[in-house]
Amino acid sequence: MAKVRGTGFAAVNYPTGMHLGGDPTQSLIHMTPAGDFVVTMASVDLGQGLRTVLAQIAAETLGVPYESIVVETADTDTGPHCTGTFASRTTHRAGNAVVMAAQEARKAMLEVAGELLEASPEDLETDGDGNIHIKGVAERSVSVGEVAGAAHFGYGKTIAGRGAYLKPPSPMDPETGECDPDSTQAHACTIVEVEVDTETGMVEVLDMKSVYEVGQQVNPDLVKGQIVGGSWMGIGHALYETTAPGYPAIDPAPVDFQNYLQPGASEMPEVTCEVLEYPAESGPYGGKGVGEMVTNGPIPAIVNAINNALDVRITQIPVTPEVILRALDEKRAQAGG
Amino acid sequence: MEDKLIRLTVNGRDEAVIIQPLATLQDVLRDTLELTAVKSGCGQGGCGSCSVLVDGELRLSCLTLAERAEGAEVTTLEGLNATNAIVPLQQAFVENYAAQCGYCTAGMVMAAKALLDRNPAPSRDEIVEGLSGNLCRCTGFAPIVRAVQQAAQALSDTGEEAS
Ligand code: FES
Ligand code: FES
Repeated sequence: MAKVRGTGFAAVNYPTGMHLGGDPTQSLIHMTPAGDFVVTMASVDLGQGLRTVLAQIAAETLGVPYESIVVETADTDTGPHCTGTFASRTTHRAGNAVVMAAQEARKAMLEVAGELLEASPEDLETDGDGNIHIKGVAERSVSVGEVAGAAHFGYGKTIAGRGAYLKPPSPMDPETGECDPDSTQAHACTIVEVEVDTETGMVEVLDMKSVYEVGQQVNPDLVKGQIVGGSWMGIGHALYETTAPGYPAIDPAPVDFQNYLQPGASEMPEVTCEVLEYPAESGPYGGKGVGEMVTNGPIPAIVNAINNALDVRITQIPVTPEVILRALDEKRAQAGG
Repeated sequence: MEDKLIRLTVNGRDEAVIIQPLATLQDVLRDTLELTAVKSGCGQGGCGSCSVLVDGELRLSCLTLAERAEGAEVTTLEGLNATNAIVPLQQAFVENYAAQCGYCTAGMVMAAKALLDRNPAPSRDEIVEGLSGNLCRCTGFAPIVRAVQQAAQALSDTGEEAS
């Protein structure tokens, strides 16, 4: 009986969003009299930071300060359509819709600014600090706030934009099965070291190192948050969390946190991650999806590390102490028989 | 059993509330006093999202009978920044991206405050232990532990209290 160590890895290709039926998201943007922009979405921020990311994308495209963007999300009764927050799709789909809406709103903003400055809209540029001026002539300038006032109370115009991102369904070749199933793919590889106690069957994840390729990161701190959180979820699914016996039993699962085991802070190893950036052609400013794949790599990597440590072939999750001790019994029985 | 009037101090204010038999402190704080930073993740002591301080001690408000808080001083997250200024502990949570969905955050901050109040310079293991009654489903805990480490450092630099 001893503590033995093992190493395992897993690699993931992760498609961003779905394609069947188109997987659309729409966005509406309008300017307020105060010169702020409201981005209205039905998309849901689960805590991954969607509102932050959409505000960044809107500010960048409109050419106005981040602070002047208000993102309204998650009213599916009144908001423009969104297929939903899943499949790591919202940065990509909602982000693209916001780019389109912001382009249209920017055009409307520059038209009003052009009237104020007596210049053609094509000759205008934004400085990102809330001002619009004639290209190369910084003194011929109006503030975004002045444009808002003029549009609302002078010209009687709306400054607004619509965006609809739709990846059309891709028909499948009946002969080969070939189709274009996704807009872009993110990639990852995770390497894990574990220590297994062969007496108790307890597993400790000692180290987890990952490399992710997620297109252009719109917000690197939020990407890191997804990766670290996902690593924890991976440990949970690999070693602890189960609703077994599950279907078809109807009174199976643990129904409270005392019985639904999950890792705590003390079960978290140091998580190291490197992020590579290969901007996606179809992405908003090159972005791909990162949310869901971050759980997918750690799980098989941990199971592989356990198999490597014990020289067994466990293929189920979670790998509880019972699963490990049974696998060791079986191995001993085979060696003996 | 009948409804009953109890008096307690919540975030520095004297309150008199009528409670139903077996009402929990969580019911009083959330429903009667509308202090909704007190969350209800499970209602049975498993998640820590309802953590508050009762006479300076960390308590799960869902497992505390309101009657037992008669005469007590209760602090919820809302009580940390009476002046609306964010306190160093909260600032550390912000800077370390220690909240995603935010459901655990109020309880985490209260657990961290209870820890730092009795141990202003905790080791990493002591922080992990101090937060062990609080679940988070989003962050993977690492940012939260780092936030508490940073808050402890900030407090030792300025000699202030956690809040
Ligand atoms: S609500 Fe009190 S511990 Fe979960
Ligand atoms: S941030 Fe979501 S539960 Fe902790």
